[in-house]
Amino acid sequence: MSELNNTQPPQMEFSDDLRRRNLSGRIWMVVFRLSTVVGIIALVTLLLNIINQSAGYVHYEAKVDPDTLRVDGIPLEEQSKEQLMSVLQNNLSSGAYNKLDRDKPFAERDRGEVYDLVFDRVVKYKVEETWLLWDSLTHSREIKASVPTEQSGTELKFVVWANWDFLRRQQSSDPVLAGVRTAILGSLWTISITILAAFPLGVMAAIYLEEYAADNWINRIIRTNINNLAGVPSIIYGILGLAIFVRVLEPFTSGTLFGITDPTTANGRTIMSAGLTLALLVLPLIIINSQEAIRAVPGSLRNASYGIGATKWQTVWSHVLPNAMPGILTGTILAVSRAIGETAPLVVIGASTVIFFDPENPFSKFTTLPIQIYQWTSRPQDEFRFLAAAAIIVLLAILLTLNATAIFLRNRFSRRY
Amino acid sequence: MVQPQSKTENSHYVLEAKNLEIYYGSFKAVTDVHMNVERNKITAIIGPSGCGKSTLLRAFNRMNELVSDSSIRGEILFQGQDLYASNVDPVVVRHRIGMVFQKPNPFPKSIYENIAWGARIHGYKGKMDELVEYSLRQAALWDEVKDKLNQSGLALSGGQQQRLCIARALAVQPEVILMDEPASALDPIATLKIEELMQELKKNYTIVIVTHNMQQAARASDYTAMMMLSKDGERSGTVIEFDETKHIFTNPKDKRTEDYVTGRFG
Repeated sequence: MSELNNTQPPQMEFSDDLRRRNLSGRIWMVVFRLSTVVGIIALVTLLLNIINQSAGYVHYEAKVDPDTLRVDGIPLEEQSKEQLMSVLQNNLSSGAYNKLDRDKPFAERDRGEVYDLVFDRVVKYKVEETWLLWDSLTHSREIKASVPTEQSGTELKFVVWANWDFLRRQQSSDPVLAGVRTAILGSLWTISITILAAFPLGVMAAIYLEEYAADNWINRIIRTNINNLAGVPSIIYGILGLAIFVRVLEPFTSGTLFGITDPTTANGRTIMSAGLTLALLVLPLIIINSQEAIRAVPGSLRNASYGIGATKWQTVWSHVLPNAMPGILTGTILAVSRAIGETAPLVVIGASTVIFFDPENPFSKFTTLPIQIYQWTSRPQDEFRFLAAAAIIVLLAILLTLNATAIFLRNRFSRRY
Repeated sequence: MVQPQSKTENSHYVLEAKNLEIYYGSFKAVTDVHMNVERNKITAIIGPSGCGKSTLLRAFNRMNELVSDSSIRGEILFQGQDLYASNVDPVVVRHRIGMVFQKPNPFPKSIYENIAWGARIHGYKGKMDELVEYSLRQAALWDEVKDKLNQSGLALSGGQQQRLCIARALAVQPEVILMDEPASALDPIATLKIEELMQELKKNYTIVIVTHNMQQAARASDYTAMMMLSKDGERSGTVIEFDETKHIFTNPKDKRTEDYVTGRFG
């Protein structure tokens, strides 16, 4: 005390600038709010742009007016399978008809397929003109006036491009008939392979690095480089995948090792190669996320386990892993969401852009949604851009479903300490 | 290593620290400790913060090894056998010498599983329901939780959680229970319950407790070890006085002990 009494206290004046401090606080708040608003505007613009292209009026022109295809006065929609077959027979050359029968005998086709065939091969609707959703809503009267709907064979329909048929149909060079079933199946197959390969590998590596690896320079270099790997551009993984999975491991990725000799699975450019390449791509992300989750398990829990004589493995298996699982699952699903949207590496390893049959096993040729979108956007016709927008909506729906699953899992498994 | 091979003269000592030094890397945290822990007694370790009480306690069941690059020099004998001998598995050490921590840390599982898990990993062969009830009764918790054994252990109050942790430690049948400030996060009533429980438990177990609370040490313990930084300017702690609790609190030999226990320190 005495020491304090002897020293001269410093000058005790404070400037009264509360107003200025509050003002600068308010300015910063406005800046922060503006940045958020910019982000939201960008997002809304993106969504509106996609939605704008995903629906609207379409002016169809039929090559053969469906009205002229009535059988005994019955319109096409109400005809039976046999009547529809006769329509086909009457309007196609016998060679074309027989080829259809050879592809898949008519006896095996149901009415819906034959009905589709009639429109595909005989009526042959062609898109004359398309309008965006915004124009369709605001200028519907002008659009209706501009299309001579009274003329037979001419039709004006309001089309939502992302419809059930779009999900159900295969790829086609005709925008009226094109769908994304092949691409959705390709994406799901690919991502399943990715998860099966990357999840166990990533989690096990994370457990090793967090729980077992000593803190020496080798392990520090490994840890740092896993972080670096997470930042490597995805196209480089594509080149790696091309070199390793498509070329070197071709017997495995093309399935010849398992006796699959499908001539169409051209040299290893298969779902297997794509899935494994994407697995390499997301592996660092899964390892990093799992490490974070494992590190977040409180030390008190480990102490409790060791304190009653549990071994390291018992502690990891019964306490660390269950408590890290919500974080691991969330991280994995976010990593997988990224993989689903990847295009570049798949282009490099040779995904097919146009493919007319569904993938049946991991050794099939394939396409995926992003590849399909890329392919459609590079076509000159407007209607393919609309298809691309519809495919983007499908892709976004899949991604949102995945993220919702992540949130659900996190809430389901999370425990409090 | 479980049973002493030969009865030595000091066999009523369960734990003996001889010339013990504990290091974290090159930093010597505890130096020159000599102390003996008697069977079925409560031994308290007191002293100011940062003098190595918890470090010493954790050395008694090799929990300190979980901190990387910690090491000891000197000897700790458990029933006459070197705890740190190369043929001794730390898992067995922690099975025989249990631990209760400062902050209650039940597993995020049901009350039943909290008790049963430890027994199960050690290959318990008896009836699990009986063991759970017995352990909870020993920890004076049975009457409070018998109707909610399937509820989460985390749903209990702090004091109940700590007794659950004691029950969990008892369920694997240790001989020694180390308690690291077990009541410091609890209110006085819960603290009292823990102290009463310790008096019950010492009939069957040997207890070593670290505490900041000198009244607690005076009330509850039979022996007291007083720890201090060994010299001014050095950062290694050591036991400056070890004696029966009544001597430490009424007639300490060391001036620093006297200052500390009478509250004149600092």
